[in-house]
Amino acid sequence: MANVLVVAELLEGKARKTTQSAITAAKQIAEGTGGSFDVLSIGDGAGAAAEELTGYGAGKVLKAEIPGGYTCEKYAATVAAAGKGYDVLVACASAFGKDLLPRVAAKLGAGVASDISAVHTEGGSLSYTRPMYAGNVFGTVAIKTDKQVVTVRQSEFGAAQESGGSSPVEEIAIQTDPAADKVEFLGVEVVKSERPDLSEADIVVAGGRALKSAENFTSIIEPLVDALGAAMGASRAACDAGYVAPELQVGQTGKVVAPKLYVAIGISGAIQHLAGMKGSKTIVAINKDKEAPIAQVADYFLVADLFEAVPALTEAVKKL
Amino acid sequence: MKILVPIKRVADPDNASKLKVSADGKSVTSEGLEWKMNPFDDWSLEAALRLTENAAEKNARVGEVVLISIGPNDEHTQRIIREGLAKGAERGILVDGQDVGLDSDIVASVLKAVVDKESPDLVVMGKQAADGDSNVAGTKLAEKLGWPIINYAMKIKTNDDGKTLEVQRELDTGVATVKVTGPAVLTTSDRILQPGSVKNGVTPDDHQYAKLEVGGRYASLKGIMQAKKKPIDQMSLGDLGVDTTKALSYTKFELPPARSGETTFVEDVAELVDKLHNTAKVI
Ligand SMILES: Cc1cc2nc3c(=O)[nH]c(=O)nc-3n(C[C@H](O)[C@H](O)[C@H](O)COP(=O)(O)OP(=O)(O)OC[C@H]3O[C@@H](n4cnc5c(N)ncnc54)[C@H](O)[C@@H]3O)c2cc1C
Repeated sequence: MANVLVVAELLEGKARKTTQSAITAAKQIAEGTGGSFDVLSIGDGAGAAAEELTGYGAGKVLKAEIPGGYTCEKYAATVAAAGKGYDVLVACASAFGKDLLPRVAAKLGAGVASDISAVHTEGGSLSYTRPMYAGNVFGTVAIKTDKQVVTVRQSEFGAAQESGGSSPVEEIAIQTDPAADKVEFLGVEVVKSERPDLSEADIVVAGGRALKSAENFTSIIEPLVDALGAAMGASRAACDAGYVAPELQVGQTGKVVAPKLYVAIGISGAIQHLAGMKGSKTIVAINKDKEAPIAQVADYFLVADLFEAVPALTEAVKKL
Repeated sequence: MKILVPIKRVADPDNASKLKVSADGKSVTSEGLEWKMNPFDDWSLEAALRLTENAAEKNARVGEVVLISIGPNDEHTQRIIREGLAKGAERGILVDGQDVGLDSDIVASVLKAVVDKESPDLVVMGKQAADGDSNVAGTKLAEKLGWPIINYAMKIKTNDDGKTLEVQRELDTGVATVKVTGPAVLTTSDRILQPGSVKNGVTPDDHQYAKLEVGGRYASLKGIMQAKKKPIDQMSLGDLGVDTTKALSYTKFELPPARSGETTFVEDVAELVDKLHNTAKVI
C-alpha cells in the first residue's frame, strides 16, 4: 500500500496544469497499491491554489504559504517535512519538479525516478518506465529506498479531471533551511501568450533554423500557428539564434510534446529534437531536403521551400 | 576562483538510435558507438573556463578548473579527461567505477567526497547525462553539501571572483534571476554557449565570445600539447569511503516500438491539406 503526496506547481497563485498530470500518476500509484493520495500546495498564493485543488479526490490538500518568488532552497525543507508521512512523492517533470524534488529526495534519503512515462503496480510492488538516451531506450526501474520520489512526463500522463467531492484543506508549518539564505530571488520574467501552452496544445507548429530571423517567425510561422489555433515551438538552433524565446524549444533539453498534430517547418530532425516530439500522433514535415532525418518520423512530408509553402498552407487552412 | 567540473563519458549521443538491448533485456549495449564527453558537461566546462580566464588576454587563466570523471579507468575515460584538459582545465581526477554500479545517489556522494577534499568555490555540472537523462545528481550533491543549487543557468555574472553570482535560469515559463552566495552548485542550459553569457569581472564585460553552434570550444593545438603534461589523479570509490548501495534498480530495458506507417510524400500544399483534413482528420 503506497500513500502518495503530490507536490503542486503554482504559477502566479494558480496550479499549473502540470499538477493535474502529477495527480493522474499519483492516482495510478494509489489505486494500484490500495493506498491514497494527498496534494501539497506550496508557494506564493498556496492558500487560494489549495481551494482549486480540492475537487480531484485527494484525502486532503495541504497548504504551505511561502511568499515571494520560488527558490528550491525555500521550499525543499517544508516539502520534505510534509513528505515524511508518505511513501511516494510525485511532481511533474517540469523545470520546477526537476529542480525541487531531487533536493527533497536527498533530505529524505530517497531515490529518484525522474521523467517517468508509466507506472507499474503488478502484485502491489511499484516500478516505473522511463525514457533514457533521449528516448532511444526505455528502462523499467524500481526505487529501493524506504521513500520514493518520482517526477512524471506531462505528455504521458493526461490531466486529471475533477471528480467532485471536496478534500479538506489543512495548513502545515513552514520549515527553514540555512541554504535558503544563500539564494536571493531577484525576479522572474514570465512569458505571456494568448496561445495554448506548448505542453498542452493539440496542435504544435514548430520552426527551425531555416526561418533565418525572428521577423520570419512572425510573418511566416505565426499566421499558420494562429490559423490552426496551435502552440508555437522551435528547434534549439532557432532558440539559440534568438528567433524565438528559449522556452519554446522542443527536444531533449526543451519541452517534450505529444500533440495530435506536429508540423516541423525547416527543422532537420536531429536526434535531440526527435526526443521531444516523436510521440506526436501525426507528424508533418515541410523541408526542402527530402533526405532530412525528420523523414524517419514524419507521416506526411512536403518537399518545398517553406517561404512559399507555408503562406499557401496558411491560406488553405483558413478556407477550411 | 576554483571550479570543479564533473565530466562523464557517454555512448555517442548523436547515434543513440543505434543502441541495442541485450537479449535478456538486462543491459544496454553501445557496441560500435564511440565514447564521447557528455555534451551537457561540455557546456558546463565552457562556462567554467569562461569564469576562470581573461578572454581579452588570449584566454589567460586566472583561476583553476579541476575535472572529475567517475567511470572505468581505461583509455576512453582518460581520453575524455584529456580533452577537457586540452580545452583549458588545469588538472583531472579519475574515480574508477563501472556504470552499472553507479546511480545519481552514488555519483552525488562521490562528488561530495571530492568537494570535501578540494574545497572548490563552485561546482558547475551538466544538468543531466545524455545516457540516463535523470537530471538529479547536481541537486542531490548541493543538498548533501548544504549548498544552494542553481539549475539551468543561461547567464552568469560575478564581480567578486565567484563569491556572489547573479544568475539567470531558464524555466518552463520564462527566465528567473537569482543572486547566489557561494559556494554553490550550478547546472547549465543550452544558452550558456551564447557569446555574452558569462561575465567574470576580469574579461571585459562587453567581450563577445565566438558563436558556438552545438558544444563548447575546441581545443587549440597548444592546448592539446599542454594537456599531455597535466596531471590526472586516479582513485577508487573505496579511497573516498563512499557508500555504494544503489537507490535504483533497473530490471528491464527495451527499445522503443518501431514507428507504424510509412512517410507519405505529398505533391503540394493542396494534397497536404486534403490528407490532414480528410485522412488523418487532425485539422
Ligand atoms: C546535448 C544536446 C542537446 C540538444 N537538445 C536539443 C533540443 O532540445 N532541441 C533541438 O531542437 N535541438 C537540440 N539539440 C541540437 C540539435 O542537435 C540540432 O543542432 C538542432 O535541432 C538543429 O536545428 P534545426 O533543425 O532547426 O537546424 P538544421 O539542422 O540546420 O536544419 C535546418 C533544416 O531546414 C531545411 N531548410 C533550409 N532552408 C529551407 C527552406 N527554405 N525551406 C524548407 N526547408 C529548409 C534544411 O533542409 C534542414 O533540414 C541538442 C544538441 C545537443 C548536443
